[in-house]
Amino acid sequence: MLRDVATFLERLLGFDPATFDYSWVTAVVVIGAASLLAFVFIALFAGPVTWWERRIAGRIQCRIGPNRVGPQGVLQWLADGIKCFLKEDLVPAAADQGLFRFAPYLVFGGYMATFAVLPFGANLVAADLDVGLLYLLAITGLVVIGILMAGWASNSKWALFGGIRSAAQLVSYEIPSAFSLMSVVLAAGTMSMQGIIGQQGAWPWEWFVFKNPFLFAAFFLSLTASVAEGNRTPFDLPEGESELVAGYHVEYSGMRFLWFMFAEWGNLWVIATIATVCFLGGWQVPGVTPAEIAASTGLAFWGWQALSFAVFVAKASVLVAFVIQLRWTLPRLRVDQLMITCWKYLVPGALLNLAGVLVLLAVVPDQGVADWAIRGATLFLGLALASVFVWKARAGYLADRDLYRRMEGKELWYPPYRLP
Amino acid sequence: MTDPVVHAAVFYVLAAFTVVGAGIVALSGNIVHSAFALFATLFGVAGLYAYLSADLLAVVQMLVYVGGISVLVLFAVMLTSGLSDTGHTNPAFRLAGGIAVLLAVTAGAFVAASAVPTGVESAVAPTTGAIGDALLGPFVLPFEVVSVVLLAALLGAVTMARGWKKGGAR
Repeated sequence: MLRDVATFLERLLGFDPATFDYSWVTAVVVIGAASLLAFVFIALFAGPVTWWERRIAGRIQCRIGPNRVGPQGVLQWLADGIKCFLKEDLVPAAADQGLFRFAPYLVFGGYMATFAVLPFGANLVAADLDVGLLYLLAITGLVVIGILMAGWASNSKWALFGGIRSAAQLVSYEIPSAFSLMSVVLAAGTMSMQGIIGQQGAWPWEWFVFKNPFLFAAFFLSLTASVAEGNRTPFDLPEGESELVAGYHVEYSGMRFLWFMFAEWGNLWVIATIATVCFLGGWQVPGVTPAEIAASTGLAFWGWQALSFAVFVAKASVLVAFVIQLRWTLPRLRVDQLMITCWKYLVPGALLNLAGVLVLLAVVPDQGVADWAIRGATLFLGLALASVFVWKARAGYLADRDLYRRMEGKELWYPPYRLP
Repeated sequence: MTDPVVHAAVFYVLAAFTVVGAGIVALSGNIVHSAFALFATLFGVAGLYAYLSADLLAVVQMLVYVGGISVLVLFAVMLTSGLSDTGHTNPAFRLAGGIAVLLAVTAGAFVAASAVPTGVESAVAPTTGAIGDALLGPFVLPFEVVSVVLLAALLGAVTMARGWKKGGAR
């Protein structure tokens, strides 16, 4: 097929096949295929995850959620997508036409561009850049500019407020996010995404999150900052419905609105992936090293790819579910609280954390007795926290069930494991 | 990708993107359009760095100029009143224009006289480690001096932003 494309181009452009260098055609085709795959992945992730989120929200708010389109409502996202396709593409008369039309693509392009370095499995990555993590932080700039552009070009005060709030938030939270990811770079000694994964192991005690207490704290700092950068509750001031209607995308309709929504839910995956890669060992499969996977051939190679992909998706999905639950559990912060959280707590906290990581890296020799003792203690701390989380969730459910039984005289309308 | 035609094509596309952006910055009647075009120009420069295999420099350009300076400029422009009033004329226009033309001609002469580098022949090699070693090795003194200057600027900005009330009290 590649050869066909090359032959076609050669006939079209009249190059001499004997001297013509095909490598750039290959490069263009490979880049195109990788972009298309990433786009398909975003579409197949962002769509169903909206349904998933709405079902979780329904459960948390004691209602059902979308369950009409398809079995249990799983096709709701398709219905929403088709609806948005068919809607009229409105541009307000007073809007800045060109910028208004262009802004959604800039926002979506900014999120799309992160997929260039995000790994999906052992060898499943579009470009394992040497500066991968820094690139991830830098490319967010496109999103900020796009949001400002959307807010300004709409020529509506709500949209402008939303845009400026969002840009201020993104720029502020980039600092704690960068500092906490810097501690990972220090621990790994590289900024390449695959390199960071390679420095960790498959078992939890080999992950960076449990390497020492400071990296454990950095995990939560980075996750908080990412959630804020993704404009999600409790940090979703930019689209505060009660005061701003819908923020920077209030004037958009149809497909252009859908690009913003795409970017917002696609970003859930980006948040989960960064945390998985930097702290949770990425796609590593127990019992096999990355070098062994790269050396395998044929069916075994593809088997390892599939297995590592499954491991990665499983870890990321847990984080996605956690972030969704966070959204429907916590109330929204006020603007001043948002800025105080960032500048008075997260930024100094991240700096102290960085100093702590540096000291521990310098003092404690890697793989020594002290190192393993610290790892063990941190892992114990993490497991204790996780058990408290699960136990509290269970206690909340039991309390609800008893209350319902006492008030209504019958069982809760459905148990937590069954969908209505 | 060693084809010189492709190399040149990539270079000219990036250069045209940058130059057209710069042109809009200078000539647009709408200052917000100028600010967005500045973003495009800085982005184009990052593209040129990436094209010249300077991967760290390209990403830092994105981080500092596209993500930082551009957003700052946009904020400043959007918080300024009288945005659409473009009737102002700089009284020093003749002098400034003359100097600008002089600079442009000089720069043009330099460009015409020098060989334009269109891409490096070697494969893309990571530069991060080398830059890090250089910054903490032979260039550690300039690096530290720059950080002190930036600290002074930061403190100055904070002091000015806090302001002074009458009677010397803050």
